[in-house]
Amino acid sequence: MPHPMPSLGSFSLMLALALAFYTLFAGSLALWAQSSGRQLAVSPLALGETARRAGIACFWCVSLAAFALVWAAFTNDYSVDYVLHHTNRDLVTAYKFSALWSGQEGSLLLWAWLLATYGFVMRLRHKVDIELTAHASTILAAIQVFFLSILVFAAPPFAIVPGGVAPKDGFGLNPLLQYPEMVIHPPMLYLGYVGFSVPFAFALGALIMRYPGEKWIHITRRWTMVTWLFLTCGICLGMHWAYAVLGWGGYWGWDPVENASLMPWLAATAFLHSVMMQEKRGMMKGWNVWLIFITFMLSILGTLLTRAGLVSSVHAFAQSSIGNWFVAFLLLTAIVCLFVFFRNRDHLRAENKLESLVSRESSFLFNNLVLLAACFTVLWGTLFPVLSEYVQGSKVTMGAPFYNKVAVPIGLFLLFLTGVGPLLAWRSTTLRTIRRNFVLPCVMIIISAIALMIAGVRPWLDDDKTASIYSLVCFSLSAGVITAILTEFLRGAGVVRTQTGKNLLASMWLLTRRNTRRYGGYAIHFGIVVMFIGLAGAAFNQSKELEMGFGDQLRIGSWNLVCQSFSQDSNPNFDTDYALIDVFHNGKKITQLAPERRFYTASQQTSTVVAIHSTLARDLYVVFEGRNPQTDRPIIKVFLNPLVNWIWVGVLIVIVGTGFALMPPLKPKRATEPAAIEGGVHA
Amino acid sequence: MRNSQLITRDSERESNLAPQSSKPKARSSKRLFTATRLLQLVLVLFTGITMLGAGAPSPSTFNTIGHKLMCPCGCGEILLECNHVGCPDSDRMIGELRQQLSTGIGETGVLNWFAAKYGPTVLAAPIRGGFDVVAWIVPFAVLLAGLIAVFFVVRLWKQRQQPLAEAGAAHAPPLNDEQAALRERIRRETEYGE
Repeated sequence: MPHPMPSLGSFSLMLALALAFYTLFAGSLALWAQSSGRQLAVSPLALGETARRAGIACFWCVSLAAFALVWAAFTNDYSVDYVLHHTNRDLVTAYKFSALWSGQEGSLLLWAWLLATYGFVMRLRHKVDIELTAHASTILAAIQVFFLSILVFAAPPFAIVPGGVAPKDGFGLNPLLQYPEMVIHPPMLYLGYVGFSVPFAFALGALIMRYPGEKWIHITRRWTMVTWLFLTCGICLGMHWAYAVLGWGGYWGWDPVENASLMPWLAATAFLHSVMMQEKRGMMKGWNVWLIFITFMLSILGTLLTRAGLVSSVHAFAQSSIGNWFVAFLLLTAIVCLFVFFRNRDHLRAENKLESLVSRESSFLFNNLVLLAACFTVLWGTLFPVLSEYVQGSKVTMGAPFYNKVAVPIGLFLLFLTGVGPLLAWRSTTLRTIRRNFVLPCVMIIISAIALMIAGVRPWLDDDKTASIYSLVCFSLSAGVITAILTEFLRGAGVVRTQTGKNLLASMWLLTRRNTRRYGGYAIHFGIVVMFIGLAGAAFNQSKELEMGFGDQLRIGSWNLVCQSFSQDSNPNFDTDYALIDVFHNGKKITQLAPERRFYTASQQTSTVVAIHSTLARDLYVVFEGRNPQTDRPIIKVFLNPLVNWIWVGVLIVIVGTGFALMPPLKPKRATEPAAIEGGVHA
Repeated sequence: MRNSQLITRDSERESNLAPQSSKPKARSSKRLFTATRLLQLVLVLFTGITMLGAGAPSPSTFNTIGHKLMCPCGCGEILLECNHVGCPDSDRMIGELRQQLSTGIGETGVLNWFAAKYGPTVLAAPIRGGFDVVAWIVPFAVLLAGLIAVFFVVRLWKQRQQPLAEAGAAHAPPLNDEQAALRERIRRETEYGE
């Protein structure tokens, strides 16, 4: 009996591949004819327009394929091998949806669909600059051809189960992925990864066509910032998921898959900073182009690491042999980028030169250097086990101790630059400005260091001296950076207040609205500092483990936990063991927590459901580790994690800041921009 | 002692000054005095605080070494942080760690013993020497190379900029205060935003 939805899905993917290929071919031909003045049977404009429409049609075809897979999952069509291996009948609806990107084929389909969606939006907005968009659209089609080729030839999501007979039920979803954040974390991360294809396509296109001026950067700035925000949210949701689900009390384990998402984020952050040099001073054009190329290639590398199993990871949920495809694509991308760059490098000459070492420009140089050094360190740490195996025949582990020693100092240097950079003036900073801007932050650094030592942060007494020193430096620097940001902001608000006579709050709002980009950037920096404070809190984590019977007590810090009961429950999806634990603080009952351990029937796997009592100062994190087989009593592990919530609050501030930075300012920009090149080829 | 001499010399200098300039000089001398006193206070506090708690227990070797080893059960966790109930390896390994520590062979000896028994992946970071050293050197070498490169780039840019600036300065008439203020205002108001 034929399977209608899988057949429809497969056919849609094949059609989408043909359309993407047509967009690439027709678009390239039209652009070549336009630039070289050669005559074709059809006019380049008409040919380009057909390419653009084929690109739009490609989006609808990939959307139909994605819908077909969703439909197959929701209707329990276990004739589809992918649906069989990633869902089961009793799986909650939301997780049936998220199961679609839990495996390799589904996640690649998500990649292709998001890429098609970005392309769709871009092609609808093609009149912003027709010729540049045509170039970008053609490049995007080339990326689309790659992903659709994998989906059609190497990892088909609609493959039918061997024998063609559908089993009655599926094997279920990995329990670790059955968590609300898993419904949004991977799409967010992929929106970030995939989104960098758009600035990449614009950058490469602008270089190929030797695009005059910096307008292409203004066009892509929003794309880059939105993409960066998606990636930031994706990474932080992943951190929160690891914290709430894995049950080890931490949120970042320097796992290769985590590293894979951090690398493009670091490169993109460097780009977002240095691109300002190009906008304002016409400098670092070649550098910026390479930053965007590297960001895109790191996104592909991230997908390769996550999906192809190049390095071993505890949460690489899909592994296969598609690695060769990705390696070939990465090499091809690098060759194309190198070729286009060297062919057009004379077009990237800087219009201005650096005037002073103490200036905003030089701070951007250092910022870029440190961000890329951090990016390289993460890449190096991720790939060193592979290199080690090649050189000395044995793998090594690159765990947290390596990154703590190497990456954390670089991170602290970056924190320092976060505070210093925005306070320096463009071109040159006078000694008077330095004194005016930096005295108070420096005083705050000293005061906070002393206050922290009085409060008990004394690295020379701690077991883990390195972590304690880092946290002391991090807290003190954070105090200095926050002081610097607030002083600068309040100074600006004071000027507005004097000019307008409004109250301070209204002046602060007006100041932000007048230069949304600048003060949005300040808010982002503020959010990052708040996150750093949260990260530094990890140096003071405490944990205790106890086998707890009825009425047994566990004391950690000033908290007292009393076991009230433990019991079992079950539903069609899983069986669960849980404990009810009363939490007391200074003798007063605060709450009752119910940590669980679940056993999922379909996948025959266990997972923890952590119970957390959260405040801004600390998290009380309780894990039901299981029952002692001898005594049948629950083993409870408790963590006291200070300042964890600051990380999530920091993320919210970063989101708000990015929102501000994306808002148009109250006053129109005064600088004139080069006029758009109209009447070119569509694609 | 040195500070008091400095203050005395300052006061002497102050008394020799002409009456019209004595006020600002006296103010700056006062500021210097206050700054010196503040610095002394900070140093005293810093020394005092660093001495607080001296004589507290020494760091736990067990804890330190336990955090340099991985649990080999495949969980990807540090040995002392493995939270798997019924983990086939962590309890036994923790016992082995205690046993090795009791022999007094030191941290390196214990780590070597574990690496020999479980393979190099049991170490949480590459610390065996030889090619492992490359893992630690390369990131800092890259950062250093980057810093040197930035330094040379900045120097090169400045060198290229200087003749241009000098040529410009030779032809351009000097700006008066009003013009300079106007230029500064134009620069400020045409900022594209940061």
